[in-house]
Amino acid sequence: MKQLIELDINNRVYEVAVDARDLLLDVIRKKVGLTGTKKGCGEGDCGACTVLIDGKPELACIKLAIACQGKKITTIEGLIQEGGALHPIQQAFVDYGAVQCGFCTPGMILSAKGLLDRNPHPTEYDIKHELSGNICRCTGYKKIIEAVEAAAQVWSKEGVK
Amino acid sequence: MDKKASKSKWNLTPEGWNLEGVPAYQDEKRYTQVGRSVPRVDGPIKVKGEAIYTGDMTLPGMVYGKIKRSTYAHAIIKKIDYSKALELPGVLTVITGEEAPNKWGIVPQAANETALAVGKVRFYGEGVAAVAALDEETAEAALELIDVEYEPLPVLLDPFESMERAKEVLIHEDSPGNILHEGEQVYGDVDKAFAECEYVLEREFHTNYPQHGFLEPHSALASYDPQNGHLHLWASTQVPHYLHRQMSIVLEIPMNKIRVTLPAIGGGFGGKGEAAASEFVACLLSRKVGRPVKVTYERNEVFFTNKGRHPCHMKVKMGLDKDGYIQAIDFDNTMDKGAYSGWGIVVLFYTASMLHLPYKVPNARFRGRSVYTNKPSTGAMRGLGGVQPRWAMECLLDELAEMMGISPYELKMKNAIESGHTCINNMFVPHTEYKKCLQTAVEKSGYLEKHGKLSFGKGIGMAGGYYITGTAYTLYQNYKPHTSVMIRVDTEAGVTLFCAAADIGQGSNTVMAQMVAEEMGIHFEDVNVQAGDTEIGAFDLGSFASRLTYAAGAAIKMACVEINQKIKETAAGMLGCRADQLIIKNREIYSMYESKKRLPWEKAVEAYTSINGSLVSLGNFSPPRRKGIDLITGNRVQGANIGHSPTFGFSAQVHEVEVDVETGRIYVKKVTEAGDCGTPVNPMSVEGQVEGSIMFNLGACLYEDQKLDAEGKHLNPNFHDYKTPTTMEMPEMDTNIVESYDPTAPFGVKETGEGAVQPTFPAITNAIYDAIGVRFYNLPITPEMVLKALKEKKTTSCDCKCSKEC
Ligand code: FES
Ligand code: FES
Repeated sequence: MKQLIELDINNRVYEVAVDARDLLLDVIRKKVGLTGTKKGCGEGDCGACTVLIDGKPELACIKLAIACQGKKITTIEGLIQEGGALHPIQQAFVDYGAVQCGFCTPGMILSAKGLLDRNPHPTEYDIKHELSGNICRCTGYKKIIEAVEAAAQVWSKEGVK
Repeated sequence: MDKKASKSKWNLTPEGWNLEGVPAYQDEKRYTQVGRSVPRVDGPIKVKGEAIYTGDMTLPGMVYGKIKRSTYAHAIIKKIDYSKALELPGVLTVITGEEAPNKWGIVPQAANETALAVGKVRFYGEGVAAVAALDEETAEAALELIDVEYEPLPVLLDPFESMERAKEVLIHEDSPGNILHEGEQVYGDVDKAFAECEYVLEREFHTNYPQHGFLEPHSALASYDPQNGHLHLWASTQVPHYLHRQMSIVLEIPMNKIRVTLPAIGGGFGGKGEAAASEFVACLLSRKVGRPVKVTYERNEVFFTNKGRHPCHMKVKMGLDKDGYIQAIDFDNTMDKGAYSGWGIVVLFYTASMLHLPYKVPNARFRGRSVYTNKPSTGAMRGLGGVQPRWAMECLLDELAEMMGISPYELKMKNAIESGHTCINNMFVPHTEYKKCLQTAVEKSGYLEKHGKLSFGKGIGMAGGYYITGTAYTLYQNYKPHTSVMIRVDTEAGVTLFCAAADIGQGSNTVMAQMVAEEMGIHFEDVNVQAGDTEIGAFDLGSFASRLTYAAGAAIKMACVEINQKIKETAAGMLGCRADQLIIKNREIYSMYESKKRLPWEKAVEAYTSINGSLVSLGNFSPPRRKGIDLITGNRVQGANIGHSPTFGFSAQVHEVEVDVETGRIYVKKVTEAGDCGTPVNPMSVEGQVEGSIMFNLGACLYEDQKLDAEGKHLNPNFHDYKTPTTMEMPEMDTNIVESYDPTAPFGVKETGEGAVQPTFPAITNAIYDAIGVRFYNLPITPEMVLKALKEKKTTSCDCKCSKEC
């Protein structure tokens, strides 16, 4: 039996008909149509599907959609700034060469945002620890870590909405 | 001869490229667009989540395909009953292998795969039937309703057992002995050379069974138009051309009615370097139902059908003379092919070629065989054919250095090749900075100060490696250029490069834009790249074997000759000077003698196009061949079957490890790498390739291994049980690009990203030896192996880390 629920994604409320078993990832990608959230494994192992739920990084592939009612969900599409500008983390990923195939990138960026929101001055270890649930097979992680470090600096200097 | 013909761009040699207007004093290496770490052109859309991968696409009326997979690793298919599946509401059709029995394979001489199994399954998880349904859930439910009756056959999982029991059971009827191919290559007099050696060492090495783990699972979206018979396929592939060709064979549709388009690709590393069943199934289903069909694999399906790295069982013998110069190598390799041929023959002979570099080897013998087993097929994986023999050779050299009582660095430097080296198998290396790589890595890491001197449990190890650049042969008999590009210049689209090359994440679209801009004297942002489409782009073989930057660079240079000439002629008329005195740089055209005579580049383009319309030019690249009959002497030129390459890239690595003697865990703490990639077109991208390479084989050296049970069932088809490195396992990495310029290469470029995976296995293995005095000959080197070895060591010798008796 499908039920109609409301999901607040990137500050917009979507009304979607879901099954009790429908996963947040499938709802975001197929019903809402925001395909920036990626499915690398569907089993909670790779982090590609990371979204923020009430500011906390969570894996959308192992989260039931109905459990997310009344919560604030942020996907990669929700990071865009006024006038289409990039969020400092996004900008740093571009500038530091932290993107290759890009499939891990949305999840990485949201994990990083979850960290910086909580801890604006992370050490290298904090960053590594926070991103350890996000697999990247292309970059060797070095430039990703550098990008997050750089974003943290910009962020604390200039701030972000 | 017609003067125009003799000056035609088709006749130009590398030295002849773009010589118009270049005065002798102008340094050709003074680049402005090449050699810059510009951010990738697709960076912003990727960080915004706006890049569209195949799995993100939907087309009007699109339905979903799913594949029913075998639960046996080796069995005859007695019967498939899908009548119940067809009755399920929402199911549109079911297909089985019989509907598309034509065999495909990237090496046509050995093609033996079908879209879905026909008559027999040869590995656990092989596709036996496929469903198209209105939604994925229905398609999945329908799979459960398909009944397959099997008659199990003996399962052969080990190549030696497979050869031994071939009389009893054959995996492929037409492959006696269960052998795909067996070969021998002998150069020089190996036995005589060994007899004269002072130091001889023979060891056996066994490598593991890792797979690529690209993060984006295979996905294919096919749209067949029943009205005009055209098929459009969007696919996550590295090889649009080979996929195109195979599709034509399997579907019996001419190539000109098939179009392959690449959306964004989420990594490949060789694993998308062959066509995939998902692609055939999507196309077959779409043709049958007359609607677009999408097939996206689940992660376990990627594991079931992966074409990971061949486990190799290698016997290697190496001999040195009294001064430490390599005199002979004897190499015997048994490769585990898995179920189907794929890249098999190519990989076999790559392992043969890889013996001949980066050291001078005057005598070499290779014997090898690629053996079928009931495993997911092995295939191309980053550093194809090089990683396994490199591991063996670099470890052997480490041991030999110890035998001689000298540093491995000294031994490797002594034997390292130099520019202009011709191997005994006729491979030719026009340029190398390998010694500089070794020296840089050793000096920057402090290897000499640390090696053999660290406390027990800590160790340092070094190794070198190399890889081909630009490749030499098509995989099917054809002499067509390997890469063609078309460049269009006009006032509407500016400069557009059309090439069917595949940017799989390595950044080729960015690098190609930089090379076009360099050659045309404009900025890389001015260049639009239309790539990854077999209909729009000019022909390209694909992204594999580190061929693309070199091949595309050469083709771009050729195409730009005519464009630059025409623009200069137009500008010359406008400026009142000679065309061959004009230089284009920084979006400006100016006379090299009268600097006041200058005009913006686009003004000349505007003038040209307002008279002639768009300016279009073609360029292409064919690598040299070094094998066959020498027409002048009539002699047969013996050479490696494969591995010839216009040039080669090199890398050296020093790894520092810590071994926890309580848990057996190995921690790689620091890696110092130095690479010779010729001119780094985009140094930031080069670093990214190298760092990714180190991560890739660090994982395969210490953790990654696919496990099958006795029946051939895959035991770890997920990222939970198949462990890949995360941020926490990554060492500090100091990567260095050594100064290098290959004068024979376009822009002086060479490969990176496959050469740099080669030294990782042996450098770690050598470092572990330095740490605990134990040499490992099996991969991956797990904590259990370390603990076992330490225990054995304790009972047989003293506790100190020296390897000698004490
Ligand atoms: S897709 Fe959710 S963790 Fe991999
Ligand atoms: S950039 Fe490809 S997986 Fe991270």
